[in-house]
Amino acid sequence: MSANQLTLWYLVASVCFILALKGLSSPTTARRGNLFGMVGMTIAVVTTIAVVAHGRIDLILIAMLVGGTVGAIVARRVQMTQMPELVAAMHSMVGMAAVLIAIAVVNNPGAFGEHDPLPAGNRLELFIGTFVGAITFSGSVIAFGKLAGLGKKFRLFSSAPVVFKGQHLLNLALALVMIGFGLAFFMADDKGWTPFAVMTAIAFVLGFLIIIPIGGADMPVVISMLNSYSGWAAAGIGFSLNNAMLIIAGSLVGSSGAILSYIMCKAMNRSFFSVILGGFGAAEGSAAAGGDEQKTVRSGSADDAAFMMANAESVIIVPGYGLAVARAQHAVKEMANKLIEKGVSVRYAIHPVAGRMPGHMNVLLAEAEVPYDQVFEMDDINNEFGNTDVVLVLGANDVVNPLAHEKGSAIYGMPILEVAKARTVLVNKRSMAAGYAGLDNPLFYMDKTMMVFGDAKKVVEDIVKAID
Amino acid sequence: MSGTVDPTILHLVVFVLAVFVGYHVIWNVTPALHTPLMSVTNAISSVIIVGAILAAAPNETDFGSILGVLAVALASVNVAGGFLVTQRMLEMFKKKQAKKEGGK
Repeated sequence: MSANQLTLWYLVASVCFILALKGLSSPTTARRGNLFGMVGMTIAVVTTIAVVAHGRIDLILIAMLVGGTVGAIVARRVQMTQMPELVAAMHSMVGMAAVLIAIAVVNNPGAFGEHDPLPAGNRLELFIGTFVGAITFSGSVIAFGKLAGLGKKFRLFSSAPVVFKGQHLLNLALALVMIGFGLAFFMADDKGWTPFAVMTAIAFVLGFLIIIPIGGADMPVVISMLNSYSGWAAAGIGFSLNNAMLIIAGSLVGSSGAILSYIMCKAMNRSFFSVILGGFGAAEGSAAAGGDEQKTVRSGSADDAAFMMANAESVIIVPGYGLAVARAQHAVKEMANKLIEKGVSVRYAIHPVAGRMPGHMNVLLAEAEVPYDQVFEMDDINNEFGNTDVVLVLGANDVVNPLAHEKGSAIYGMPILEVAKARTVLVNKRSMAAGYAGLDNPLFYMDKTMMVFGDAKKVVEDIVKAID
Repeated sequence: MSGTVDPTILHLVVFVLAVFVGYHVIWNVTPALHTPLMSVTNAISSVIIVGAILAAAPNETDFGSILGVLAVALASVNVAGGFLVTQRMLEMFKKKQAKKEGGK
């Protein structure tokens, strides 16, 4: 196959990748989109293998078989609540692959059709691809650990932010040193192994340092950001290998991650930089203990809640991550079905940061076979709370906290679900503990609010029993 | 103005245009599918496997080609895992619809 033919095939693959993303604009076209993605990937891999047919195909095929099998098994076994961990783990692999390829390019540019030694321009591109890849790898490993709850075993993985004095200064200094070695690599006459190795090592350390101070609540942003980085790493490698397809695929992924980060930041009313600089949620315990004044809450039983919902005309369910932790999605679905049978209109309201990653709650509800036409995004349903009889808040807190409307509060300006406008609000929580933002929630003390304490799954199951 | 354009400049053109395409396509993705979006972009960024295959290909096995084989394996995990888990999630979104239509 000539280089021209190969490039044309790569063009076809690139178009397939664009169509794959375009398909996701609606659940009805999404599966076809995914199919396009697979076709594009197959074209890319098969044509590349055809080009290197004279080489060590056996090793390549074995590696693909092993990796593919592992991937397939994981994809089949993973629980939907574990999606954030899986995605973080996959980001780390893209990052690592980028670094490994970069090392191989420095080692033997000839194998990639490059001049030996590598020209300066290619070195610059390689430098960018490598350090972004390395940061993606180590950052994703930390994110994975935090998401998988490994914090009890290793403090580095603590979901609470790990902060120390001079952290930002250290990061800045390391970044400058890394760029310095990058320049040394750029200008080196030989292969430039030493500056390249030092630069890569510093990038790995930087990845760790950037992610450890970011708290659990900011994980949706972090994971989107690492998604973006993994794309830019691929694009960077594409530049150094003169491969337009890699550049296109990388840029698509890079911009996707960047947009998701932006959406997540906006949904939490946090600036991107304040998330990156980290430390949010460090004062969690102390702030929560602040409310000394005695306020009374009205609490009720599951039976009371069942009675109220069964006699309502309209119910909106607000699921939070607490629901997923309690694995109560199926019970909720059952409860909704019973209510619908009784003629109650049931809808779900999803806040953009309801889960641990963008769109996570939608997938969790989809897994429980909740029809997606009952599920509404925040902007689409916020006007509906005013004429809703009962809102049931399950394991959500900050995203329904009316303090967001009060100037001076820590979450002022954050878009929330306006549940306080409904006629009656039922809130299920395990206890009165504060949410991630460490704030008390005035919603709980309103006259129209009834608290139903207990494990979400148990409470919902009791409600189901009581509805008959 | 004379001579040929540096390939890096051409790639910059491709890069900027691709970012634009990405920007517009991604804003059209429905928020309900943001998690599948992440897993499928994960799979797509694993097209880096193409670079890994080139790295692994040389007949004389050396340090670089071993790393290449390793990179092929890592990227393959993502290619298979990313697309399959996306498919699994999208099937869940489909199931509901089929059921709903059947039930009505």
